Amino acid sequence: MPDLLIELFSEEIPARMQPKAAADLQKRVTDGLVEAGITYTGARAYSTPRRLTLTLSDMLARSPDLREERKGPRADAPEKALEGFLRSTGLTKDQLELRDDKKGQTYFAVIDKPGRAASEVVAEVLEDTIRNFPWPKSMRWGSGSLRWVRPLHRILCITYDEQGTEIVPVTVDHITSGDITEGHRFMAPGAFKVSSFDDYEAKLKKAHVVLDATERADHIWADATSMAFAQGLEVVEDKGLLAEVAGLVEWPVTLMGEIGEQFLDLPPEVLQSSMKEHQKFFSVRNPKTGRIEKFVTVANTETPDNGATILAGNQKVLAARLADAVFFWENDLRIAKEGMQPWLDSLGKVTFHNKLGTVADQIDRIAALAREIAPVVGADAETAEKAARLAKADLASEMVYEFPELQGIMGRYYIERAGESAEIAAVAEDHYAPLGPSDDVPTAPVSVAVALAEKIDKLAAFWAIQEKPTGSKDPFALRRATLGVIRLVLHNNVFFGLSVAFDSWQAHNPVLAEAFAKRERSISRLPEGQFRNDLANQHKNHVKEAEQMIDGLTSVLGDRFPYTADLLSFFHDRLKVYLRDQGIRHDVIDACIAMEGNDDLTLLVKRANALSDFLKTDDGENLLQGFKRANNILSQAEEKDGVEYSFGADIKFAETDEERALFKALDDAEATITPAMKDEDFAKAMTAMAALRAPIDAFFEAVQVNADNDMVRRNRLNLLHRIRTICLSVADLTRVEG
Amino acid sequence: MASETTTPRSFQEIILRLQAYWAARGCAMLQPYDMEVGAGTFHPATTLRALGSKEWTASYVQPSRRPTDGRYGDSPNRWQHYYQYQVIIKPSPPDLQELYLGSLEAIGIDMKMHDIRFVEDDWESPTLGAWGLGWEVWCDGMEVSQFTYFQQVGGHDCHPVSGELTYGLERLAMYVLGYDDGNEMPFNDPQSPIPLTYGDVFREAEAQYARWNFDVADTDTLLQHFKDAEAECARILEQPADDPKTGRRIVMAQPAYDQCIKASHVFNLLDARGVISVTERQAYIGRVRALAKACADAFVQTDAGGYAA
Repeated sequence: MPDLLIELFSEEIPARMQPKAAADLQKRVTDGLVEAGITYTGARAYSTPRRLTLTLSDMLARSPDLREERKGPRADAPEKALEGFLRSTGLTKDQLELRDDKKGQTYFAVIDKPGRAASEVVAEVLEDTIRNFPWPKSMRWGSGSLRWVRPLHRILCITYDEQGTEIVPVTVDHITSGDITEGHRFMAPGAFKVSSFDDYEAKLKKAHVVLDATERADHIWADATSMAFAQGLEVVEDKGLLAEVAGLVEWPVTLMGEIGEQFLDLPPEVLQSSMKEHQKFFSVRNPKTGRIEKFVTVANTETPDNGATILAGNQKVLAARLADAVFFWENDLRIAKEGMQPWLDSLGKVTFHNKLGTVADQIDRIAALAREIAPVVGADAETAEKAARLAKADLASEMVYEFPELQGIMGRYYIERAGESAEIAAVAEDHYAPLGPSDDVPTAPVSVAVALAEKIDKLAAFWAIQEKPTGSKDPFALRRATLGVIRLVLHNNVFFGLSVAFDSWQAHNPVLAEAFAKRERSISRLPEGQFRNDLANQHKNHVKEAEQMIDGLTSVLGDRFPYTADLLSFFHDRLKVYLRDQGIRHDVIDACIAMEGNDDLTLLVKRANALSDFLKTDDGENLLQGFKRANNILSQAEEKDGVEYSFGADIKFAETDEERALFKALDDAEATITPAMKDEDFAKAMTAMAALRAPIDAFFEAVQVNADNDMVRRNRLNLLHRIRTICLSVADLTRVEG
Repeated sequence: MASETTTPRSFQEIILRLQAYWAARGCAMLQPYDMEVGAGTFHPATTLRALGSKEWTASYVQPSRRPTDGRYGDSPNRWQHYYQYQVIIKPSPPDLQELYLGSLEAIGIDMKMHDIRFVEDDWESPTLGAWGLGWEVWCDGMEVSQFTYFQQVGGHDCHPVSGELTYGLERLAMYVLGYDDGNEMPFNDPQSPIPLTYGDVFREAEAQYARWNFDVADTDTLLQHFKDAEAECARILEQPADDPKTGRRIVMAQPAYDQCIKASHVFNLLDARGVISVTERQAYIGRVRALAKACADAFVQTDAGGYAA
């Protein structure tokens, strides 16, 4: 059985796209082959900056022959039916067979599908793969209309076995397949023939191309670490950078260079950022001091001077960048040491959002909110407000303008230089956190207060102007902010009602952004043309009306945030996703969201955890059944009788021991559950609830609720009502499935 | 090519070698466009000629202005006025990368000694409504050129696709000539009777323009210039294609495009004066783009743009 080798040779493919492209090539080609009946035993895909390669081993040389039988219309069926059948099978009438069937003589089509040569199928599948390749961005070139990530130059496509090698003929636009490829652009220019994958890989290596990206990465890492080790240093690990660099070279040559002495006092983050983002250098650290002292760069070529010219050039570029960085750092420090006021002033000119004012306005809102949240998280209000006022100052610094990824990090340095405490300085970095779902969550109280304030302000503000996320569109990353709040309160065990925070936001921002937003919207809808003035005049009255209406609303609502319900339900949706990942069922969460106090997420999750644990026990599961039975009987009776059975059940009408036992059990449970709920001790409440299981079971076993005696029946229904009330005081069990 | 790998001695020798190299490869040697532009791409030989179906090839030096980059002549590598060398070939030839590498050899960069890399960089000009895919080309870790396959200009798909090469001449020359401070590199041959450095030629003017750009340029006047250019551009394009005087069909795409260039430069000046807020910025860029698009629409209605009556 033959092997297959495909190589698509092009101009330089962006490093970040290479791994997925290799995987896509493999998937598309193998899926296509398998679908056509060509199976194989092994597949591997590779990528370098200039090529995507796929090799399959032990591929079927032909797809199996297939025979398909299809039943058609009866012999006496109308002509139309037969015509349709002929059309759908592509046969003529004399090619059909007439057979006896249960219902009489019937036409059958027997279609033989002879197997196809693998090379024919490969050619088809490869052409289709090339024409429909899922590049994240593709382009045209020259006069052609073919799209590829960058111009495609060659298609190598061969099959080979002991008998020899054959080119699979494929033509895509003006590119015709062959058995030829090229080596390293500079070290081994020129084309050569290959006859198999082994031959290909070996010849490439001779032509200074390491085909396997993992091999290139391993090689780079081994060289870099041993070079650093030899000088008592260590390379700062960066897997993303390693993968990227391995995608920028076909023949990795690792070189270690010097960072000028005059730059070594820059913050390590600045050094790393300049080196990584702009130059793709690895940082090399002195393990004793933690200082970044050297760099490693990876060239794509060997030179007669062993890379001396290349290294000198790279050092020069780095020096120029770092000279800029030192310039920014020194300018920034001057302003930082004087308290950063010029930065804060200039943030008053930077728009945060055209309906929400400037960054300075944003800072004011956050500071006010941070002050109020501070006591809840155990932080000092003054300190939290101060930290909030300084946390974004670095956005106006030169360094952050040049290196936006250093926002917050530079803030920490500058606030320290301004003479503030480490606690306040840390907030600059912490208040953005957590960004990603796996980022660390801040725990220092002041940081927590400002981080919460930053996110709650953002959410309240965008809700106030009704710029909520829709579908996949979330330009202001409000989902991320929501998850951030969730993780902050849960991780730090912060109990506080979000609606209080929203109302507090409202109180500090009394000008309802709503009024503004409405006016904006209606003005922008004004048509052009001669009626414009008339409409504008008319419209003025509408604005006035709208404003009056909103004034009215404000007076009714007082300082209540008008979008609490909607925003809370947005929070609850995020929370469900978050808890589902932690193994808590959505119906369990729903049962807890339905309870009062659902704007306190920590409380909500505590309840959900307790309920989830409870339901996993036998008692819990059975109690749920008992509750549902009680609730169903009661609901049906209530519906039938048109009354609510909520009068106190009286033990004196109890007829059986089981009934009396249930009375007693409910009294006991209530005596424990009510105070436990008051203390928000859900586990205790649920344990008490679990104790109801046996009496409830026994009651249903022994007692007919719908007794003939109306008095007894009513009393029993009222007893069921007590079960319902007690259970529902813990969680809305009606929402739990099962 | 190997014969050319001697090191040039001056800034102008690099320009001359690039001119000679690309002239020998058939490019029309154009001269700089006679207006203030932010980059070589703005030259109508690139922006307009990238549109339509006709073949085209040109190369030229383009003095370019970025008012916000002014440093009063004090920076070793930033000037508000600088040079770009621009090559455009339509359709892009299959060996454009090799041709480009040849041009580096021609200015003394020996491929055996240096590390040349094509690093992903997708080019986009929001003011021109244009984008393309390509790379920044690195020589020993330094960006020496921008290499782009134009996909869209002025909102029109490019068919055929133009290949565009842009060399940042100062940075390239500093590297090739071995200077850390661009002002110190020789502009003409250092052996000439009157040797001049880059700083001798430009430093004084840099200071003057920096002062004017940042602090003196009259913003009310500039705002008016912007509006005037915008209005004139629209007025030109509103004219009927048939000229009543000559009776010929004359679509005035390029005069209109001049107004677009003017608006774009005035916008850059206003930006340097710090009178454009973040939100206004987007609006201004959108207004220039609207002009560029209108000009592109007009150009494809001309003979040069492939219009066939």
